[in-house]
Amino acid sequence: MSTPVLELSGISKRFGAVQALSDVDLRIDAGEVVALLGDNGAGKSTLVKVIAGAHAADGGRILWEGEPVSITRPGDAQRLGIATIYQDLALCDNLDIVANLFLGNEQMRLGTLDEVEMERKARELLDSLSVKIPSLRVPVASLSGGQRQIIAIARALLGEPKVVMLDEPTAALGVAQTAQVLDLIERLRDRGLGVILISHNMADVRAVADRAGVLRLGRNAGDFQVEETSYEEIVAAITGASDNPVARRNERVAASQTGDE
Amino acid sequence: MAAQQTPVAAENGTAEPQSPADPRLIVTRTSPAGLLAAGLRRLRGGELGPVPVIVGLIVIAAVFQSLHGRFLSPQNLSNLTVQVAAVGLMTTGVIMVLLLGEIDLSIGSVAGVSASITAVLAVRYGLPEWVAIAAAVAAGLAIGLLQGTIFAKVGVPAFVVTLAGLLGWQGLQLQLLGGDGTINVSDSGAIAALTQTYFVPAVGWFVAVVAVGSFALSTAFGERRRAAAGLTAKPVGEQLLRTALLAVPVFGAVAVFNQFKGVPLAFLIFVGFVVAFDLMLRKTRYGRMVFAVGGGAEAARRAGINVDLIRISVFGLASMLSALGGVILVSRSFSASLDTAAGEELMMAIAAAVIGGTSLFGGRGNAYSALLGGLVLGAITSGLYLLQMGTPVRYMITAVVLLVAVVLDAVSRRSRKAHARGG
Repeated sequence: MSTPVLELSGISKRFGAVQALSDVDLRIDAGEVVALLGDNGAGKSTLVKVIAGAHAADGGRILWEGEPVSITRPGDAQRLGIATIYQDLALCDNLDIVANLFLGNEQMRLGTLDEVEMERKARELLDSLSVKIPSLRVPVASLSGGQRQIIAIARALLGEPKVVMLDEPTAALGVAQTAQVLDLIERLRDRGLGVILISHNMADVRAVADRAGVLRLGRNAGDFQVEETSYEEIVAAITGASDNPVARRNERVAASQTGDE
Repeated sequence: MAAQQTPVAAENGTAEPQSPADPRLIVTRTSPAGLLAAGLRRLRGGELGPVPVIVGLIVIAAVFQSLHGRFLSPQNLSNLTVQVAAVGLMTTGVIMVLLLGEIDLSIGSVAGVSASITAVLAVRYGLPEWVAIAAAVAAGLAIGLLQGTIFAKVGVPAFVVTLAGLLGWQGLQLQLLGGDGTINVSDSGAIAALTQTYFVPAVGWFVAVVAVGSFALSTAFGERRRAAAGLTAKPVGEQLLRTALLAVPVFGAVAVFNQFKGVPLAFLIFVGFVVAFDLMLRKTRYGRMVFAVGGGAEAARRAGINVDLIRISVFGLASMLSALGGVILVSRSFSASLDTAAGEELMMAIAAAVIGGTSLFGGRGNAYSALLGGLVLGAITSGLYLLQMGTPVRYMITAVVLLVAVVLDAVSRRSRKAHARGG
């Protein structure tokens, strides 16, 4: 097997008396969509924040392309090539699409903003993602939820990341808009990016994910090939109802702890 | 074909050259009728731009001219522009703060402190006047950085921090002036020169030609680059129209000034700062960051922008411009007193920004609001003075104008929401 682009092993994180993550493993290959599943409070958000550098892990190892790295700040993750797209608050409503795409990474020319080059690149990028948006000079507040999500994802791609982490990208989207976003996720995979998809929506997961990693009460509760696994099996792993050794062990260990996040 | 009304409207003058136009995009035709239609569409969509304030300015001028024949005389107009310079500089600063969605209530007191520092250093300590001016402006910067740091790093609301500043710096102003109450400065030094200097006609024309010429050239080159990059560019006709719309007021103003004493230095300083801040806001990375923080601080932070630094620096710049406004106040009255900038200056500066079209809701506005809003308030003051009506009437009229401006802002904000064009 080739070296995974990002591999986490034995990650643990605690907040005061709460052990949010204990001994969590996760592996992402290039050109692979990995769904990260789990019930509320399972530790998904904490794991995302550890990978994105918003929280430093208390223990465990992170391997980037086989090399051990430490991610303690958001900048560390960005430098490695991990882009995180949160479901909200990612765009400035008053700025237009071009300005949002290049925010914090503006192209300059003679000491001033190079609007021409930015607009050209933005058009090129959106065309390459087969995204149709009529004018790039409208404030993003005028866009639909799906378009906003797509702009947020496109924005992350400008940094040429190798791993893209999407937090509930289809929450609050309509049917057609969800399909647009899922199309885009498949295009990211075709570009050879590793995609981590955090979702509650099992239909989305089955539609685009190659693998599904399940968290339950801050621990690994299964790693499934989505195509070979039934819907019931995954749901069972999420809820802890399945009769398998992993789940039984997790429940035993979890019972001895006070709670989770 | 009639353009469909859809949520996404075209930008003024855009037309997709290469890729087949998206059927949802309203393509603006470049004929005069097409441009007019696009303009009306923007107005209905709540993008009023500078239209209401320019219309207001014309109405005010017409009314006062009909009531008093000297209102539009070169002398009155020239004096008017010198009078608006001090508060105008304060307005330019407060616009930066409003763009962040914050407020600075201390600008009047900062101007007062700066005025007293200027006078105390120049007269009581006998320092060269330019040193006194520089020290006052530096003190303003320091005050702003201090207030900005308390706001950004400690998290105290800007309203409260600057309210404390409003009280505290006014106290310092009284303390500095001490028993004297009023300190008179020389009427022939560097301080007085700021508002007593007028340029000979040739200088005024030169400045006008350079300003309009550089606008025309940068527009032409910019649009050529856009076209070369395969982007939608404004047609030559529209470029010429925009240049003409700038050239008429610029050359007109210089012509009027030259009929009196020439272009006043104070007004040139004010306009210079407005243009500089406009370029900074629109063309530099820093300006983009200011808008980003005003539009969504969390999104800006995630984009790697140092939000605290932006906030602190904006408060610093605002106070620095207020301090400069304070120096101009000293220059105009040849003195710093307990009353300098202690009265209506704060209210007028914030009112001018809003009247000029900068939103109180953050993230939307431009530096030219300071010029337009300042001229509106200056015209009202000047006109009522000619009509020998006092402060009571002026306050009430200013209040109505301010209210109209805020109502326009709120309504256009709602309209933009309804037309999905952003908050």
